[in-house]
Amino acid sequence: MAKKRDCFVPRNDNMEQEKIITVQNLTKKFGSFTAVKGISFDVYKGEIFGFLGANGAGKTTAMKMLIGISNPTSGEANVAGFDVHSQAEMVKKSIGYMSQKFSMYDDLTIKENITFFGGIYGLSRIQIKQKITQLVDELELQDVVNNLVGSLPLGWKQKLSFSVALLHEPKIVFLDEPTGGVDPITRRQFWEMIYTQAYKGTTIFVTTHYMDEAEYCDRVSIMVDGAIEALDSPKNLKEQFKVDSMNDVFLKLARNVE
Amino acid sequence: MSIEVQNISKSYNKIKAVENITFNVNDGELFGLIGPDGAGKTTIFRILTTLLLANEGSATVAGYDVVKEYKAIRNSVGYMPGKFSLYQDLTVEENLEFFATIFGTTIEENYDLIKDIYIQIEPFKTRRAGALSGGMKQKLALCCALIHKPKVLFLDEPTTGVDPVSRKEFWIMLKRLQKKGITILVSTPYMDEASLCDRIALIQKGKILKIDSPENIINNYEKVIYDVQANNTHGLIRDLKNYLSQYSVYAFGEFIHYIDKNADFNPNDLHDYLKNKNHTDIVIKPAIITIEDVFMDL
Amino acid sequence: MLRASQPIAITKMKRFIGFVKKEFYHIFRDKRSLFILFGMPIAQILLFGFAITNEINNVNIAILDKSNDAETQKIIHKIKSSPYFNIENQIDKESDIESEFKKGKIKAVLIFEPNFSKNLETKKVAIIQAITDATEPNVANTIANYTSAIIQNYQAQKKQSKSNQVKVEVQTRMFYNPELKSVFNFVPGVMTVILMLVSAMMTSISITREKELGTMEILLVSPLKSFQVIIGKVFPYIFLSIINAIVILTLGYFVFKMPINGNLFLLAFESILFIISALSLGILISTVSNSQQTAMMLSLMGLMLPVIILSGFIFPIDSMPLPMQVISNIIPAKWFIIIVKAIMLKGVGIQYIWKETLVLIGMTTIFIAVSIKKYKIRLE
Repeated sequence: MAKKRDCFVPRNDNMEQEKIITVQNLTKKFGSFTAVKGISFDVYKGEIFGFLGANGAGKTTAMKMLIGISNPTSGEANVAGFDVHSQAEMVKKSIGYMSQKFSMYDDLTIKENITFFGGIYGLSRIQIKQKITQLVDELELQDVVNNLVGSLPLGWKQKLSFSVALLHEPKIVFLDEPTGGVDPITRRQFWEMIYTQAYKGTTIFVTTHYMDEAEYCDRVSIMVDGAIEALDSPKNLKEQFKVDSMNDVFLKLARNVE
Repeated sequence: MSIEVQNISKSYNKIKAVENITFNVNDGELFGLIGPDGAGKTTIFRILTTLLLANEGSATVAGYDVVKEYKAIRNSVGYMPGKFSLYQDLTVEENLEFFATIFGTTIEENYDLIKDIYIQIEPFKTRRAGALSGGMKQKLALCCALIHKPKVLFLDEPTTGVDPVSRKEFWIMLKRLQKKGITILVSTPYMDEASLCDRIALIQKGKILKIDSPENIINNYEKVIYDVQANNTHGLIRDLKNYLSQYSVYAFGEFIHYIDKNADFNPNDLHDYLKNKNHTDIVIKPAIITIEDVFMDL
Repeated sequence: MLRASQPIAITKMKRFIGFVKKEFYHIFRDKRSLFILFGMPIAQILLFGFAITNEINNVNIAILDKSNDAETQKIIHKIKSSPYFNIENQIDKESDIESEFKKGKIKAVLIFEPNFSKNLETKKVAIIQAITDATEPNVANTIANYTSAIIQNYQAQKKQSKSNQVKVEVQTRMFYNPELKSVFNFVPGVMTVILMLVSAMMTSISITREKELGTMEILLVSPLKSFQVIIGKVFPYIFLSIINAIVILTLGYFVFKMPINGNLFLLAFESILFIISALSLGILISTVSNSQQTAMMLSLMGLMLPVIILSGFIFPIDSMPLPMQVISNIIPAKWFIIIVKAIMLKGVGIQYIWKETLVLIGMTTIFIAVSIKKYKIRLE
């Protein structure tokens, strides 16, 4: 059993050790099959938390419960101050979400997409206008703001969806494999955007298959077969398993189970 | 030569998907097409498997021309397109049997070829393909592409979206296949897999940037890269970027890869600069250069 | 958290409106949905408008004049000049009636009794028998009524010139369907439409599913030839459709007492022929569709109404405007309905329906040939 480190060292002095996600014995069963086996962990405000695991390990199922779109079979989880079971709607309203599979509507323009999502999140027209200007400036999209999103290269789409997930300035943003297939330079630009957000105090909950991205996280949890087998900072995990990279940590953990 | 590609170009509605592609793959080679989404990898694959016609240029696979002798190619190559195209509602066994039959062979005939791979999914042989996990689908798709003992194997992004463990296992399987004399052309967006190939072609935005063996590419890279680390990563990146003689600053896992413009760069100067910026636990050392480093500088 | 400072109700409303706006964007930017929303309804309303008619026009009839006197000539002349009927043939004896019907060209025979004029003068009553092909019950009824109307009109005119109280009776006899059961029209019609729609839809969906899933790519890069794929796809559905046809016919026979007067083997052969033509139409649809949804839309909405309307099983084709009659000739269902009714109700042999059979064979061959030609051996 891997050692679990519960505490997190805040990034700067202004941050408190406030827990923004608490999970206790969270379980999900589909018939006789238990996908998530009573996991427990906490995530702190401002943390970049990496949620890793092999396909089929229960990662996606766990995440669905945390973002309020799947009901736990048992156990509890509290996200941004709301219980995922009884206050799922409030959870959804308080978080940002971005996944690789769906980000924006390909047949709407950039402007229309931002307007739409802004409206969904309850922003006023003025706020939406401000946000459009802000995003276009930040991402340098002046030339393509009225083009259909479908015509953008993948990297730009990903950066744009990240920004859209943050339109309503949520406390936590959940990123589901946000950088799959993207070219290396854009990937790093994306992570710089993540860092900037984390510094502003936004908590980042991210899953990824790129092990070098696992190194960018403050703490990483690795799920194997429905349970969390490791939870600590990348540095400590590498020391514990006596390896040089998160990739090797992952390989050691996953192999041990088989 | 197993695969010859000469000046292939292809456009869709005036958008150039690939431009002036030229490369060769030798018999029994494990050749990688490395590049991100949208680079043109799938287009090249489809032209070589005769599914698309190029606008310009020519290509041959196993000695057959992709345009005039497409039937011969279709009869003899193994192809695994993206999304592991399998029949979701057929079982593992039924899928394998189907592909064996349409290629005029049986599972038994070439079983030794797929044995190492098939053993891993054999316990699930009566399960429907749709119910398999990503890693297992990948293995099944590979078996189906191999079952007729092709001379050339085309694998289009076989490891995309799959966890690192399955990816590693997959490449071990490929290496073993290569020993049995099969020529393999693989595409992948994962730069770390590049080092497992005999030779690679780096491709981006429809153009080939470099073709060589991974070792040569790394050895021929002239610039020096330094691993830089400090306690405050975000601030470190910002300060490095503001450093006057910086050429490139990119995060690479726990270290930042830093390249300086000057040939006579002294890391100690950088150390002092960072200390002045109140960074602690500063580490600066020469980095191991990877394919990704080279790619990003092309 | 950033939220506009406005009442919650307004936020909810704005949210809703934002969503509706987006839906409009999707619809108007998708050419296909625009076509279905506006193009198809307009086309089909026009189709319906012109095709649906309970009137009759230019119905082919035959005359058996047993009197051949002045009265009958006048009446025949009146009938000739009316727009409702077209006198196809004049026959001499009653035994010819059956074969005339079997030929399928005429829908009714008007028989003038012998000594027509004389009977009018002496008995004050003369009889015209209208014998109708009641395999189309609606038309049969209408013919009977229109004939009576013409006669009444004639009598009214006559009244002006003479003051006799004469009466011409129109007696109707329904051939093939004496009880005028609409189900005799219904069962073959429904069987045709169902076989056509289901076969076409199922094949087209099956092929486009491969395209959607990506497995088509692997099939292409394999030794399988295009015609093997096409025929392979069609084969299971031939058997399934045959079972469908048998079920419908059995139900018709046992539950609705539909007669099967003709040769069962001939019926089977023609049914299989029709099924193949419907399946090949499905293949044709799949070659122009890239998604299952498109295939389904084309098969259902694109085929359904035209087939129902233009196959003639509800609305008589002869009464439609000429362009529609011409178009109806390319609908395989039209020919099959003629064949099925002829075999089941009229009990005819191949000698009477060889023309229609040939048309079906020709259509099937064309569909298959075009499909094979259009079947893309590449992805573009």
